[in-house]
Amino acid sequence: MKRVPAPPEQQPGNFAFTPENLALAKQHIAKYPPRRQASAVMPLLDLAQRQHQNWLPRAAMDAVAEMLEMPRIRVYEVATFYSMYNLAPVGENFVQVCTTTPCWLRGSDDVVGACKAKLGIDFGETTVDGKFTLIEVECLGACVNAPMMQINDDYYEDLTADSAKAVLEALANGEKPKVGPQNGRHASEPAGGPTTLHAYTGDG
Amino acid sequence: MPTLTIDGQEITVEANTTVLQACEELGIEIPRFCYHDRLSIAGNCRMCLVEMEKSPKPIASCAMPVGEGMVIHTKSPVAEKARKGAMEFLLINHPLDCPICDQGGECDLQDQAVAYGRGGSRFDEHKRAVKDKYLGPLIATTMTRCIHCTRCIRFATEIAGVEELGATYRGEETEIGTYIEAALTSELSGNLVDVCPVGALTNQAYAFSARPWELRKTESIDVHDAVGSNIRIDCRGAEVMRILPRLHEDINEEWLSDRSRYAVDGLALQRLDQPYVRVDGKLKPASWDAAFAAIQARLNAMGEAKGERIAAIAGDMADVESMFALKELFTALGSRNLDCRQDGAKIGGKHRGGYLFNSTIAGIEDADALLLVGCNPRWEATLVNARIRKRWLAGGFPIAVIGGVASATVDLTYKYDYLGAGPATLAEVADGSHHFAGVLAAAERPMIVLGSGALARDDGAALLDLARRIAQDNGMLGGDWNGFNVLHRAASRVGGLDLGFLPGDGGRDVAGILDGAGKGEIDLVWLLGADEIDMTALGQAFVVYQGHHGDSGAHRADVILPGAAYTEKDATWVNTEGRAQIGRRAVFPPGDAREDWTILRAFSAVVEQPLPYDNLQQLRRHMAGEVPSLGAIDVVAAGDMGAFGMAGSVSAEPIVSPVGDYYLANAVCRASAVMAECSQLYTSAGGAGRAGGATGTDG
Repeated sequence: MKRVPAPPEQQPGNFAFTPENLALAKQHIAKYPPRRQASAVMPLLDLAQRQHQNWLPRAAMDAVAEMLEMPRIRVYEVATFYSMYNLAPVGENFVQVCTTTPCWLRGSDDVVGACKAKLGIDFGETTVDGKFTLIEVECLGACVNAPMMQINDDYYEDLTADSAKAVLEALANGEKPKVGPQNGRHASEPAGGPTTLHAYTGDG
Repeated sequence: MPTLTIDGQEITVEANTTVLQACEELGIEIPRFCYHDRLSIAGNCRMCLVEMEKSPKPIASCAMPVGEGMVIHTKSPVAEKARKGAMEFLLINHPLDCPICDQGGECDLQDQAVAYGRGGSRFDEHKRAVKDKYLGPLIATTMTRCIHCTRCIRFATEIAGVEELGATYRGEETEIGTYIEAALTSELSGNLVDVCPVGALTNQAYAFSARPWELRKTESIDVHDAVGSNIRIDCRGAEVMRILPRLHEDINEEWLSDRSRYAVDGLALQRLDQPYVRVDGKLKPASWDAAFAAIQARLNAMGEAKGERIAAIAGDMADVESMFALKELFTALGSRNLDCRQDGAKIGGKHRGGYLFNSTIAGIEDADALLLVGCNPRWEATLVNARIRKRWLAGGFPIAVIGGVASATVDLTYKYDYLGAGPATLAEVADGSHHFAGVLAAAERPMIVLGSGALARDDGAALLDLARRIAQDNGMLGGDWNGFNVLHRAASRVGGLDLGFLPGDGGRDVAGILDGAGKGEIDLVWLLGADEIDMTALGQAFVVYQGHHGDSGAHRADVILPGAAYTEKDATWVNTEGRAQIGRRAVFPPGDAREDWTILRAFSAVVEQPLPYDNLQQLRRHMAGEVPSLGAIDVVAAGDMGAFGMAGSVSAEPIVSPVGDYYLANAVCRASAVMAECSQLYTSAGGAGRAGGATGTDG
């Protein structure tokens, strides 16, 4: 789905890094050789997005362009190319549900249905209270724990319709649900508990 | 030097050429969209695929360097199939709107679809649609037609030097544009229309007005600046529809500045199409005979010493032939009050090297250091500026600027060292105390470019002398290299100086003519298309205006003699390098207007001083006899250097560029609605289009 930039009335007039982020930005720039500072454009855009309620206003892109001494259009190109940069305001909890084949085979349709029902919004929409934005994403690389969704920086995995609802419920109440698999297993260990080759009999 | 085989023919080419270039050397045409020989290689359209033996798949010939022993097939079934595939993909999202597309008839995609396209589409899904972009008043966009070749992005980034175009989003959603809605801030933007291989970017001013096969094409010369760009004038009937650049490697390559391309509508507006005579303070239409009689009456009233009481000034677009005829006429009438330097530049004389761009425009690419004095080449000679940028991009080319631009923030499309605004800095460079003097001294082929802003000052001769000294002291005049350059703005200037359209012994220059007219010592002033002088200073003088546009000169005139614009006459102009070039008539002058030299020939008969030529050939032979360089077409002869300029004190005033408004520089531009819109957008105080602010003058 095309990410439409926020209309002018939602765009802040200016943007400046906080002192802490400015120090981080300088660290990123220092990783690259002199006069190759433009290479730091992606981490800087990410910093700016984190500082600015998880979306990138144009002023922030311009500030990054100026900091890296690169033409603005080159920053716009990067920011629009990568779907991880949000060009318009998003909810406090940015819910990205994976619907790529492995998750889909493991029941992502149920998870999507549960999210839509729980939040009362469709893909690409934000709840009225501004707490949730729901979008559909392609593979996030956690297929061993399919189906899954990412909310801000955290993965919630091994979901069912109920556990997905529970996660959202907890977030809506301002709680912090347990990150990772929601069916009790640890990381991507076998679902039925640890096994060894001793148990492998070869016939089934 | 690798040797490879293409379609069974062996060829040895330079290393680092591409397969596509090798094919072209053999005369084998490879279809392409994204490849352009003056832009960097993108390799994204895939139309140039060819078969290479031992390669598992076809290769993009535009991006593949040649290798020893390569065997290439350009017409094999594999290559054909690959191109057909590429074409089918390109056409998936391309609308079938050729009948309403301005590119129709001169469209690369259309032509190549004939060769490689399928009869019908196999694509049943929805085609994508893209919102049109705003790129300013000169370029019409239909972005749905875009095939993402990125030529426009590369042109803007590399040649024009304005990084404002880009490809945003990705995949199916990719869009070409500025992202933020803003006009492109380039004086070369019209060339985007030329590089676009499809109808995505078209000429806004020419939109829906003609088809290419209806147009009559005339090869001519541009006169909007002193570069002498080669152009093609496309006409339908009596109307000039558009102007396109024509290839000339030593001048404009294949580019054209926007003023030259888009002032076309001005050629049809505000035209002087019949003679006028001022009667009781009002200009009244008159016949040619009546107009000539009015002038003759005025001349007769002066009696014997009339040579002292008449004067002529040639304007910025005047051709050599008419200036020659005017000079001969005035000489016959006994006058020495002639001047072709409307701006009062302290230049001219018998040493031709003293007023030419001696390094030549193509020669900029051989230079290794540059000092710009009192000019803003971006506005005064856009294509010279493009050449400077080209050289700068190649690296190892320090550029310094003295005056001409208001401050170091003005974007000339390359980085430069802003040394200072005034002549004092130039004097420092001349006496070697400035650090840039060291750079010039160390360079092997340094250049100095003196703009007309530096010459059209009271201390112009002193500045010219300083510049000459800098050239002399830094080895700019040695052997085969001449690094002393004057950058003119007016197409007529070098021709006028070559002809000696200058005050004779004891004659008056422009300032003297205006002064004399104000004091009543000059009774008659003949303006040959001269509009850029202070008309209020002409006092009570009787003014004859010979020209093509109703601009300030015509408003002040007592008699108007309607002449021909540059598209309407066979005539010669000499560019800033000293290169004489012939422009050709594309259409006839409107109404009763005539080619300018014929007007002067006719009037010479009226005053019984008939000029000794009855046709253009005779005139040119006569002229070449007096000034041989004007007979050598498209040749740059080395200008002789000698004493020119005059040592003297310089003022502390900053040197400013005389171009207040790029888009309104002459009478044709001032009549053009398109240019007015550009001026409003780019140069007015509230104009949002131009980054970097004003250009050093307030116009």
